[in-house]
Amino acid sequence: MKRQKTLETNANNGNLFDLLSEEIVFTILDFIDTNPLDRKSFSLVCKSFYITESKHRKNLTPLRQEHLPRILNRYPHVNHLDLSLCPRINDNSLNVISNTCKDSLNSIDLSKSRFFSYNGLMSLALNCKNLVSIDLSNASELRDSAAAAVAEAKNLERLWLGRCKLITDMGIGCIAVGCKKLRLISLKWCISVSDLGVGLIAVKCKEIRSLDVSYLPITNKCLPSILKLQHLEDIVLEGCFGIDDDGLAALKHGCKSMKALDISSCQHISHVGLSSLISGAGSLQQLTLAYACPVTLALANSLNRLSMLQSVKLDGCAVTSAGLTAIGNWCISLSELSLSKCLGVTDEGLSSLVTKHKDLKKLDITCCRKITGVSIAYITNSCTNLTSLRMESCTLVPSEAFVLIGQRCQFLEELDLTDNEIDDEGLKSISRCSNLSSLKLGICLNISDEGLSHVGMKCTKLTELDLYRSAGISDMGILAISRGCPGLEMINMSYCIDITDRSLISLSKCSRLNTFESRGCPLITSLGLAAIAVGCRQLIKLDIKKCHNIGDAAMLPLAHFSQNLRQITVSYSSVTDLGLLALASISCLQSMTVLHLKGLTPSGLAAAVLACGGLTKVKLHLYFKSLLPQPLFEHLEARGCVFEWRDKEFQAELDPKCYKLQWEDLAQ
Amino acid sequence: MEPNDRLSLDAWANPSSSCNGLPRKMSLENPSFTNFNLQQQEQKWDDTSILNYGIRIEPPPFHEFNQASESEYLLSSTCNNQPKVLDQEDGLNNEALQTSKSPDWDPRTMLNNLSFLEQKIHHLQDLVHLIVGRKGQALGGHDQLVTQQQQLITADLTSIIVQLISTAGSLLPSVKHKLSTGPPNGQLGELLFPPLAGMNCVPQPQHGSGSKSVQPQCVTGSKVSDQCNQMDVTVSFGTEQNLSIEEHEMKEEEDADEGENLPPGSYDILQLEKEEILAPHTHFCTICGKGFKRDANLRMHMRGHGDEYKTPAALAKPNKESSSEPVIIKRYSCPFAGCKRNKDHKKFQPLKTILCVKNHYKRTHCDKSYICSRCNTKKFSVMADLKTHEKHCGKDKWLCSCGTTFSRKDKLFGHIALFQGHTPAIPLEETKGPSVSCDKMDGNEASNKSGNINFSFGSNAGSGAQNIIEVKEDADDPASYFSPLSFDTCNFGGFHEFPRPTFDDSESSFSFLEAP
Repeated sequence: MKRQKTLETNANNGNLFDLLSEEIVFTILDFIDTNPLDRKSFSLVCKSFYITESKHRKNLTPLRQEHLPRILNRYPHVNHLDLSLCPRINDNSLNVISNTCKDSLNSIDLSKSRFFSYNGLMSLALNCKNLVSIDLSNASELRDSAAAAVAEAKNLERLWLGRCKLITDMGIGCIAVGCKKLRLISLKWCISVSDLGVGLIAVKCKEIRSLDVSYLPITNKCLPSILKLQHLEDIVLEGCFGIDDDGLAALKHGCKSMKALDISSCQHISHVGLSSLISGAGSLQQLTLAYACPVTLALANSLNRLSMLQSVKLDGCAVTSAGLTAIGNWCISLSELSLSKCLGVTDEGLSSLVTKHKDLKKLDITCCRKITGVSIAYITNSCTNLTSLRMESCTLVPSEAFVLIGQRCQFLEELDLTDNEIDDEGLKSISRCSNLSSLKLGICLNISDEGLSHVGMKCTKLTELDLYRSAGISDMGILAISRGCPGLEMINMSYCIDITDRSLISLSKCSRLNTFESRGCPLITSLGLAAIAVGCRQLIKLDIKKCHNIGDAAMLPLAHFSQNLRQITVSYSSVTDLGLLALASISCLQSMTVLHLKGLTPSGLAAAVLACGGLTKVKLHLYFKSLLPQPLFEHLEARGCVFEWRDKEFQAELDPKCYKLQWEDLAQ
Repeated sequence: MEPNDRLSLDAWANPSSSCNGLPRKMSLENPSFTNFNLQQQEQKWDDTSILNYGIRIEPPPFHEFNQASESEYLLSSTCNNQPKVLDQEDGLNNEALQTSKSPDWDPRTMLNNLSFLEQKIHHLQDLVHLIVGRKGQALGGHDQLVTQQQQLITADLTSIIVQLISTAGSLLPSVKHKLSTGPPNGQLGELLFPPLAGMNCVPQPQHGSGSKSVQPQCVTGSKVSDQCNQMDVTVSFGTEQNLSIEEHEMKEEEDADEGENLPPGSYDILQLEKEEILAPHTHFCTICGKGFKRDANLRMHMRGHGDEYKTPAALAKPNKESSSEPVIIKRYSCPFAGCKRNKDHKKFQPLKTILCVKNHYKRTHCDKSYICSRCNTKKFSVMADLKTHEKHCGKDKWLCSCGTTFSRKDKLFGHIALFQGHTPAIPLEETKGPSVSCDKMDGNEASNKSGNINFSFGSNAGSGAQNIIEVKEDADDPASYFSPLSFDTCNFGGFHEFPRPTFDDSESSFSFLEAP
C-alpha cells in the first residue's frame, strides 16, 4: 500500500520512468554494464530505481562473506555468484547462499576462496537444484567427501576442479556417477586422479564436451573410453607424460566430434602418436602442440588431412624449415598461428608458410630471433588481414620493416613490438592502424615523443599501451596519448625517467584507466598521483615502486577516490605508516607489496594489515617477521591472507640506457 | 613398542641377537604381549630394588624413581661392559667361584659365603653413597668429568653386583651341586641355556669368553630372587610364539604336500583320535600333571621338580638321539571318516606332521569359533588363520554404495562402470578430516586404544582452533586478536590428554635433574 502511494505521488510529479514498464528499464540497464559505478549511481537515484536495479542484477561479485546475507536479500534474482574476491568463504556462508538463493542460483565461482568444506558444498548441492556450474579450482584442501557432496548437484554441467590435489579416483567416481549432465570438467593438476577416475567420467558422463586432464598421472588406458565420447569437442592433455606413441598406436578409432586438441608438453607423443590420436577427427579446428614434438616434415604431413584446422600453436617447439614449408603446403588457410619461442624459425621457412596462409588473422613470432626484415616483408605482403601480430624480441628485424607493417596491415588491433628496433618512422607508419587497441613498445630504445605523438593522434581506440623502459619517451608523448586515446585502460611507463607530474595530470582524463604502472620514475610526485586518483576512479592495479617522491600525500586521495583498487605496489617509495593506514580503508584492496619503506614501522604495518579486511596477499621484507607477533600472522592467515617474505637488499636503480646491454650480456 | 623398553629388555634377558626380534614379533601376534612386557618390567624393578635395598635411605619418591632408573641403566651396562668388568675383577671373580666350588655342602662354607656377601653389600652401599654424593654435585656442576666418574663407579658397581650374584648363587645348594659336577662356567651356561637357545633358533651364546660367566649368574640371580615363575612365563611365551610361526609354515607345507607322491606302504600311517587332536596340551608333567604344548616347555618345567631333571641328558631334545637311527617315514591320517585325508579314502592323501593334522582337522571338521574382531564376519577355526586375516582385514577395502567390497580399486571401478546407480562409497571417517582416517588405519591392533584416543583428541583440537578463528573473525575489537591464550588453549588442549609413554616419566625426572 505504502509503495503504491509513493508511486502515485511520483507519477503526479511527472516522473517519466514510472510510465515505462519494468522490462524496458531492464533493457536500459542492460546497456550500462561497462562501469560498475554507473549501476551504483543508477540505484542511488531513488527508491524505485534502487528496487529495479536490485531485481535486474543477475551477476554478483561480493567482496566479503560477512556481507553475503544482506546483499543476497537485496538481489533476489542473482544467478551467477562470483566469490573470487572473497578469500574466506566458510561453510556458514555457503549455507546462507544456498538457503537464500535456492533454485535461482545457476553458477558459483569458488576458485579463489578457501575454508569451506563438504558440509557447505552439500547444502549448496541439495538446496540449489538448478546449479549448473561450479568452479572449485584451487580448493587444494578438499577431499573425496567434498567431491561426493558436489556429486549431489545432479544438474551440474560445468565443473572446474583444478588443483584439487587431495581428490582421488573415489571422489571423481562419485561425481561421474552423480553428475550425469556434465558437459565440461577440468581436472587440471588433480594429481591424485588416475586412469580409473578419468575412465569412469568418460563412461558415465556421455554429454561431456570439454575435458581437461592436464598434468594427471594418466596413461593410455583411459584414452579409448575418452575417445568414445560422442560429443567431445575440446580435450586438453597437456603434460600427460604417461601417454605415449605405443599406447596411441593401439587406438582403434578417433573422436569424430573433436574440435580442439591440446597435447602440450606431452614428451612421449611424436607425430606418429598424434596422427593416430587425430585419425577420424576431421572436424579438428584448433591444435596446440606447445613444447611437444618437433615440427618436422613428417608432422606437417600427418596434419595435412585436417581440413577444418584454423588454429595451430607450436610454441616452444623445435621447428625445421622443411616443416614450416610443408605447413605452407596444406590445402587450407590457417587463421591463427603461434610460433613463439620456436627454435629454428628462419626467413626461408616462415616466408614460404605465410605466402600460402593469406587469411592469417593472428600471428605470434615472439622470440624468433633468426628472422629478419625479409620475413616481415613476406608477412605484410600476404597477410594483410592480420589483427594480431606479436613479435617481441625479433632483434634482427631492421627499423625499416616496421614501416611496412603500418603500410600493409591496417587492420591490426594488437601489436607487440617489445624489444625491437622500431623507430619514430615506424611508429608514424603504424599509427595508420586506426583499430589498434593494444600496443606494446617496451624496451624500444629508438622511439621518442615524436613517434608516440602520431600514435596518440590517430589510434583513438587504444586501450593498452606499454612503454616499459622506452627511455626516449617523456611528457610530450604521454600528453599526446592522453589527449588522443580517451579509452585508455592500461598504461605502463616504468623506467621512463623523464616522465613528470604533467603526464599524470593529463592521464587523469582517461577515466577508464584501471592499470597504472610507473616504476622508477623519480620525477613524479604525490601531486601527479593524486590527480590520477581523482580522475581515474576505476583504478584496479597501481605500481609506483621506486617513485621516491610519492608519499602519503598521494595515498590519502587514493584511499578516498580509488575505491576499486585491488593491487598496489609501493616499495621503495616515501609512503609511511600514515599512507599505508589510509590505503587500508580501501575495501577492495587484496594485494599489497610493501618492501623497503623507510617510514614504515612494525606497529604501523600491523595496524594497516589488520584494518584492511580483504587482503589476500602481502609481500613484506623478512625483517618484519621477527618484529611482529606470530599470532598476528596466524590471525591474518586464518582470514585468508598469504604472506610472502622477501629478503632482498636495497637496490639502487641502473641507468636505463645500460639496462638492455646488461640484459643482453646475461642472455649470451 | 618403545625402543627404550626394548633396549632394557634386551639387556636384561640376554644379549644374544635373537632376542631383538622376539619382542617385536610378539607385539604383532600376541595380544597378551603387553602383559608379558609388564611382567618383564616388574621383574626388572623388583630386582633392582633387591640389589639396592641397602641404600634405600632417601625417602622422597622422586628420588627413588630416579635411582631405580639409574640402577636400571647399571644393569644394562652389566651386559654391555662385561669384558671390561671382568678384566678388572677377574681375580675376585675367580676367588668367589673357588669358594663356591667346595665338593660337599658345608654349613661353614656357607657361613663364609654369607660373610663375604655381607662385606660386598657394605662395599656396594658405600659406593652408592658415593654416587648419591656425586649426583648432588652433578646437580650443581654437571660436567663431562662427572659423568666419567659416574661411569667408573658404574663399572665398579657392576663388578660387585656380578660377584654378589655369583656368590649368592653358590649359596643355593642345588646350584652348588651342579657347579660341583662339571666345569663351572660353561656347564652352568649350558644347563640353563639350551632351552632358551632352542627357543630362539640361534646357535648357542658365545662360549669361552669371560662374558659367559655373567649371563648364567644373572639368571641364577633371578632365581634367587624367587622369580623363576616369571622366567617360565617368558619362556612359554617365547615358545608359543614359535609355535605359531611353525604353524604358518606347516600350513604352507600342507598345501605343498599335495604334490608329494610317496608310494603307499613306504611310510607308517598314524591316526590320532579327535580328542587327542583337539587337546590343548600334548605334553604332561608326570609329577604334577600340568600340560604343555611343547616338550621343551615341559623339560623347562621339569627342572623345578628336582636336580635329576637338570642333567644335560634330561634337558636334551629327545628326538635328536633317535635321529641317528634309520628314519621311518611317518605320515598321519585324519580320523574323520570320508575325509580325503582319512586313510580309508580312495584317494587318500596323508598329512605330513601332527601339526598338519591339527590344522586340517580344525579347519575342515570343526566349528569356526574365532571371529575377526574388525570385520565381525570372517570366522576361523585356527587362531593363526585369524591372525593372518587380521593383518589384511580392513586394509584397502574399496567399497561400493551397494555394499560390495573389493580388494582392488580397478575392480571397484569396473563394477561401478558396469552397473547404473552404483557409486564409490567414501568412508565416513574421511568427512571428519585426515586425522580420523589415520585413526581408522590404526584402529586394527587391539592394543591401540590409546592411539585412538590420541587421534580423536587431535581432531577435536583442530575443530576447536577453527571455532576460535570464527569467533575472532566476528569480534570487532582488534585487541582480542592478540590474545595468545586462545591459541594456546586450543592448540594444546589435546596434548594434555595424550597418554604418556612409560619412559617419559623417568625422562621428565631426568630433565628436572638437568635443570640448573
